[in-house]
Amino acid sequence: MAPERTAPAAREHAAAWPGRVRALLSARESPVVAALLVSLVFASLFLDMFATGRNMGFLLLSVAAIALMALPMTLIVITGEIDLSVASTLALSSATLGALWEAGVPIETALLICLLLGAALGALNGLFVTVLGLPSLAVTIGTMALYRGLAYVLLGDRAVASYPQDWVSGARAPFLGIEGLPWIAVAILAMAALFAVLLHATGIGRSLYDIGNNTEAARFTGVAVKRTKFWLFTLSGTVASGAGVFWTLQYGTSRADTAFGLELQVVAAVLLGGVSIFGGVGTVLGVMSGVLLLGTVRNALQLLGVSGDVLQIVTGLILIASVVGPNLVASLRRRRRTPAPTRVPTVPRPPTHDGETP
Amino acid sequence: MPQQSPPAPPPLELVRVAKSFGSVRALRGMSLELRSGEIHALVGENGAGKSTLVKTIAGVHRPDAGWIQADGAPVTFTRPADAQRAGVAVIHQEPTLFPDLSVAENIFIGRQPRTRLRTIDRARMRRETDEVFTRLGVPVDPDRPARGLSIADQQLVEIAKALTRQARVLVMDEPTAALSSVEAERLFTVARTLRDQGVALLFISHRFDEVFALCDRITVVRDGAFVSCDPAADLDVDTVVQRMVGREVETLYPKQETEAGHTLLEVEGLTRHGVFEDIGFTVRSGEIVALAGLVGAGRSEVVRALFGVDRYDAGSVRVDGVPLAQGSPKAAMAAGLALVPEDRREQGLVMESSIARNATSTRRSALSRLGLLSSRAEDEACRSWGEPLQLKYGRLTDPVSTLSGGNQQKVVLAKWLATGPSVLFVDEPTRGIDVGTKAEVHRLLSALAADGLAVVMVSSELPEVLGMADRVLVMHEGRITAELDRDEADEESVMYAATGQPPREALR
Repeated sequence: MAPERTAPAAREHAAAWPGRVRALLSARESPVVAALLVSLVFASLFLDMFATGRNMGFLLLSVAAIALMALPMTLIVITGEIDLSVASTLALSSATLGALWEAGVPIETALLICLLLGAALGALNGLFVTVLGLPSLAVTIGTMALYRGLAYVLLGDRAVASYPQDWVSGARAPFLGIEGLPWIAVAILAMAALFAVLLHATGIGRSLYDIGNNTEAARFTGVAVKRTKFWLFTLSGTVASGAGVFWTLQYGTSRADTAFGLELQVVAAVLLGGVSIFGGVGTVLGVMSGVLLLGTVRNALQLLGVSGDVLQIVTGLILIASVVGPNLVASLRRRRRTPAPTRVPTVPRPPTHDGETP
Repeated sequence: MPQQSPPAPPPLELVRVAKSFGSVRALRGMSLELRSGEIHALVGENGAGKSTLVKTIAGVHRPDAGWIQADGAPVTFTRPADAQRAGVAVIHQEPTLFPDLSVAENIFIGRQPRTRLRTIDRARMRRETDEVFTRLGVPVDPDRPARGLSIADQQLVEIAKALTRQARVLVMDEPTAALSSVEAERLFTVARTLRDQGVALLFISHRFDEVFALCDRITVVRDGAFVSCDPAADLDVDTVVQRMVGREVETLYPKQETEAGHTLLEVEGLTRHGVFEDIGFTVRSGEIVALAGLVGAGRSEVVRALFGVDRYDAGSVRVDGVPLAQGSPKAAMAAGLALVPEDRREQGLVMESSIARNATSTRRSALSRLGLLSSRAEDEACRSWGEPLQLKYGRLTDPVSTLSGGNQQKVVLAKWLATGPSVLFVDEPTRGIDVGTKAEVHRLLSALAADGLAVVMVSSELPEVLGMADRVLVMHEGRITAELDRDEADEESVMYAATGQPPREALR
């Protein structure tokens, strides 16, 4: 690797261009960005239906909820935690909206209540993780079942579908009338930019990586680890309930079993985007590419007439590949760097002797 | 040579063993002979090489030079299993048993006796466990789970495990550190029983009363080398202490004379139950105060509590006259405290993160503009601190783990000095770094104190303590046992206080 030097400025300048290119190529999210571009090109070339305004709009709407929930999930996974309750929070928020609407609550008020509920659900996760110190994996598997159960309590197996038509079509409306570009996609892009700034260009963002890499060192540097995690879970709950509201209006219906298993797609997209499941590594660009890659692959397969079961299998395989891939690459690199892994230090054989002569 | 050669060769012998870790020479030509039916004490300062020696005997480390002999024949331990096979067993200060398994299951873990049907022979396991505890003369129920056993009882289980493995050499590494005096006495009875049954024991302790009451011979080590080995009867505490520390204070410590200014840190009655009790001291501007003592005396715990990483149960802390709330490193930083922690890799740095990001991790909001933090601002701030500290690096974006230990420590120092503290805690500031960097760190601390900083230095290296400190606070088992001025403090007075012995003056 790079030799130690005392004059780094000169060296940095000289190495600026090739260094930047190399950094770009070796960045963890580069493969997924490349895969996204390749799959977009391939799908456009070989599927007539793919690169149409109508299909693009459909694709973007299909990943909207996942993209929303993936943003706070990225921050949470970077700190070394996980939130598996997001899809259930979405469903409970949707069911609440349905119940309130049926009870005659104005839709604006109902929306606000749903967002507050989402914040409370996320805060509950956060309390379990920070105050009680429980592992978030266990906590959010528990609340995943709990929140889903509460959604069933509210709606049973009924569906609420009497939402005002202008809200329902409004949810799917294009941005400035551009076909194939729903306004939600633009909103998500803006949110992603905000999250990217937060994560990559603020002190808070830096501390999230520190927490994920070494909680102890972060604590010794004055980072309020528990408070940070608490707010991340609250944020995740709020965004998930927002996604629930959008989902409800987008499809014009509330059901308790809505978005069942969607948390897996969110986690898959985050990991596919290069975020390490062990924390400390990841970018917003990578995650958004991961979301779009998953959406593109599913969309293309659907256009080819592949069934939903197979889509599920493909999602699972991509998830596994996204976890195994980086580890495989890392171990290959390690092997290349150390030519002789079993270099045993030579120990001089002790002389054998009969009489001890000190 | 020993005055009388034993009838059989000793079961274990170290012959001129040397072991280095990087540039640190942990053992240099260490020899040791463990004889059957004898309790052998090993004493030395922290860092004298005792742990390395134990790990070499246990097969964890392989000697760079020299060799180990079992029953007079050279052997090579490449793995701990090799040492076990040769009859060596190590009892650690805090044993690690499987809490949910029974005592008998713990003893036979991995080598359970089988019945003819290849199932585990529980009856035999229980019977043999009973036998070995009878041999030790202590009643322990073989069927009770290991969870809830006192540390003393856990050690006995470990000893029993060793005996069922036919161990002939038993190494006890500071076994009494966590025991009450009654428990320690029971352990000694067991040790004597084993000695009389022909086992060779190596006993490591910082408590001289125990060493003299229990052991037959005493070996003193210093700086990784053998100093002396004599029958305990021919020695006294004074002689042993002198041999442990007997070296010149080196000129590695460019201490500047400073005038102490106003009081910056006041600590009163600080207590964390079971860790430290009633700690009180003050530090003034321009002073370097050392917290000396043995490992485990509670020194690091005190500075961690002061800095807000740990909580405390009672007491008060004032910084420049203003009370400091506990439990918040952020509040401590705002009050002007800084802590260079003991463990650089786990506490001081985020090893995966870049040099620049580590060096600026304490001042991110100060370096931000309109809430935005740019890599350029981080790099510039890092460079401005890297230069005076003569930090050597490839690129600022390289992970800090690519630096040498000394340069890593400089990054930690830069990170904290950049906050402009008024009180600086440094915990083992020169552990594991080379001599040249060591002197640089000392010069830096001295210069900072001259500029009016109050420095609290935890150090296990006596020369460093004596060379750098204006005052020395000595801790023993969670309490401050002595406060010595620069001219009162010498290696012996600190060592006496650190081992809980009455000061020499009182004996005279």
